[in-house]
Amino acid sequence: MKELAKKEPRFSSGHRACAGCGFPQIVRTILASTDKKVVVANATGCLEVVSTIYPFNSWKTPYIHSAFENAASTISGIEKAYNIQKRKGKIKEDIKFLCIGGDGGMTDIGFQALSGALERWHDVVYVQYDNEAYQNTGVQRSGATPLGTNTTTTPVGKIHHGKELMKKDITRIVAAHGIPYVAQASLSHLEDLSMKAKKAFETKGPAFINVLQPCVPGWKIASNMTVEIAKRAVESGAWPLYEVKNGNFKLNYKPSKLRPVKDYFKLQGRFKHLTEKEVQIIQKVIDEEWKMLLKGNYWKVKSY
Amino acid sequence: MKKIKALTGNGAASEIMRQVNPDVVAAYPITPSTQIMEDFSQYLADGKVDTELIRVESEHSAISACVGASHAGARVMTATSSAGLAFMWEVLGVAAGLRTPMVMNVVNRTLSSPINIHCDHSDSMGARDLGWIQIYSENANEVYINNLIAIKLAEKINLPVMICQDGFITSHCVEGVDILEDKDVKKFIGEFKPKYSLLKDNIAIGNLALPDYFYEIKMQNVIAMEKAKKEFLRIDKEVNKLLKHETGYFEEYKLKDAKVVIVALSSTCGTVKSVINELRKKGKKVGLLKLRLFRPFPKEELKRVLGNKKIIVMDRSVSLGSDAPLYIEIKNATESKDIYSIIYGLGGRNIYEKEIKYIFERALNNKLKKLEYVGVRK
Repeated sequence: MKELAKKEPRFSSGHRACAGCGFPQIVRTILASTDKKVVVANATGCLEVVSTIYPFNSWKTPYIHSAFENAASTISGIEKAYNIQKRKGKIKEDIKFLCIGGDGGMTDIGFQALSGALERWHDVVYVQYDNEAYQNTGVQRSGATPLGTNTTTTPVGKIHHGKELMKKDITRIVAAHGIPYVAQASLSHLEDLSMKAKKAFETKGPAFINVLQPCVPGWKIASNMTVEIAKRAVESGAWPLYEVKNGNFKLNYKPSKLRPVKDYFKLQGRFKHLTEKEVQIIQKVIDEEWKMLLKGNYWKVKSY
Repeated sequence: MKKIKALTGNGAASEIMRQVNPDVVAAYPITPSTQIMEDFSQYLADGKVDTELIRVESEHSAISACVGASHAGARVMTATSSAGLAFMWEVLGVAAGLRTPMVMNVVNRTLSSPINIHCDHSDSMGARDLGWIQIYSENANEVYINNLIAIKLAEKINLPVMICQDGFITSHCVEGVDILEDKDVKKFIGEFKPKYSLLKDNIAIGNLALPDYFYEIKMQNVIAMEKAKKEFLRIDKEVNKLLKHETGYFEEYKLKDAKVVIVALSSTCGTVKSVINELRKKGKKVGLLKLRLFRPFPKEELKRVLGNKKIIVMDRSVSLGSDAPLYIEIKNATESKDIYSIIYGLGGRNIYEKEIKYIFERALNNKLKKLEYVGVRK
């Protein structure tokens, strides 16, 4: 980490992300994990909005934003343009490609473009920063919003009590494409993230990393608690850190005992409406999932 | 040197794509433009082109990949129709706004619903305000010529260009097409020299522009469209040196002394010309204005030639709830009161010579209504 910190960041300060937002650190860490030139395609979302307000630009690396749902298809074209220019000797340099978006741009509206790009086997690193809702537009639920979450479109009322459906497991879905490298990482474990980003950039063919990114206004948390909350997500098993390399599952972080999920929930306003019984239901889901992962039983289909 | 090849409209598009040998092509098959990509895939399989062909999972991704590739320094082409163009809609605007020099063959087909695979212009007319240059082709020969113009025009002005041809009527009909030698095409279009590239320059493309800058950036697109108008004429004349054709924003067919003139787009113009020949033998002063360049729209030039004539505008699309698109444009350009709107051919309904004759004769006898739907059962 010390070595990474010495590098000139390729995502500069002066961006307009909220105080306490983690994605500038996620982006810096990922870009610092390779010494090669990286061309970035970014989906519409918080990251794009705060970093590219004309005439300013936080990206110290070539960057393109086209629309919300097409970052993966945009980078497909760029990678192919690189291939032919390299083949014809018009470009000598080795260049890496990073496609980055939130859970809206990757899990939901951009899912088709992502899946198509994975199937076409472009040599691209795809990163989802998962803040578990459409935070940019004001905390509406997404497919990645977990069970029980209070959002502006799954609000807590007399009859309904937050999101009543499970989180869509994009990491498993991406892994099911059979690509060579898939990983889950967290803002709280930057060394682990950097190791994974390095592997992803070194992978020949598609690689995907899903990074947990607690959102200060969306999760209703204190701005100095972002990293702590991400850490508790990992320690409680709500966000396991793992890799699937060439189809082989590896759990990267195995505490001797999981922290209760309520420790993770209690620092967040988005879960404060949950009853003791509701928290227990979620705890049970996490415990069963964790048991499966400890056995290395990653591919067992979950059903609730 | 040129030679004549028997080609469909689709075949003319894939032939010029083979000769151009673009760096990147990203496309998704859709009727009736499918043959363009099938031919092109075969050229790739046979080693006749060395393009990076991206067989994407949707038209949305096709145009998105084209935009990405173009900004990474690649010469880019694609093709689509109908729902495919509609699915691209959002990114069509992005392509123009990002000043993407790319060429797309649009084989005109109606939009659902009801679903129908046949020709009308509702697809490209729906995309007319998104910042793309639009050139309409009467036949396969013009598809070939217009593609040559489009590649140079796109790269000169940094705007995307659509070449439209009529689905099935042109796309699937075999004609003799004048084809240049491969080396002459290569010489004419030259190397693609992008002004910048994501692979070579440290740039950000597609930034967020708030109210303090958005308007000025949009104005650059307005100015680029004005420039494109002039450049079109210049490049059209260059192409004419290689392949003789009717040059200009529009073709004037027996227009000068005509009292009644039909304004139309694409394949219908061939039928209108045939009717004009017949009526002229009987001494009827009828003519045709075939519009080639629809965006940017040659407003002043049209006013000059159409000025004091009786104008019949034939639209192969409707604007539900208002007047048809070509009619509105021509009326606005000419400020004529002696102007009539004909809507015809929706969803591939044929237009016959007898119908065009009937339209001309009623106009000559001052019996044409302001708006008529021709060919529809009552």
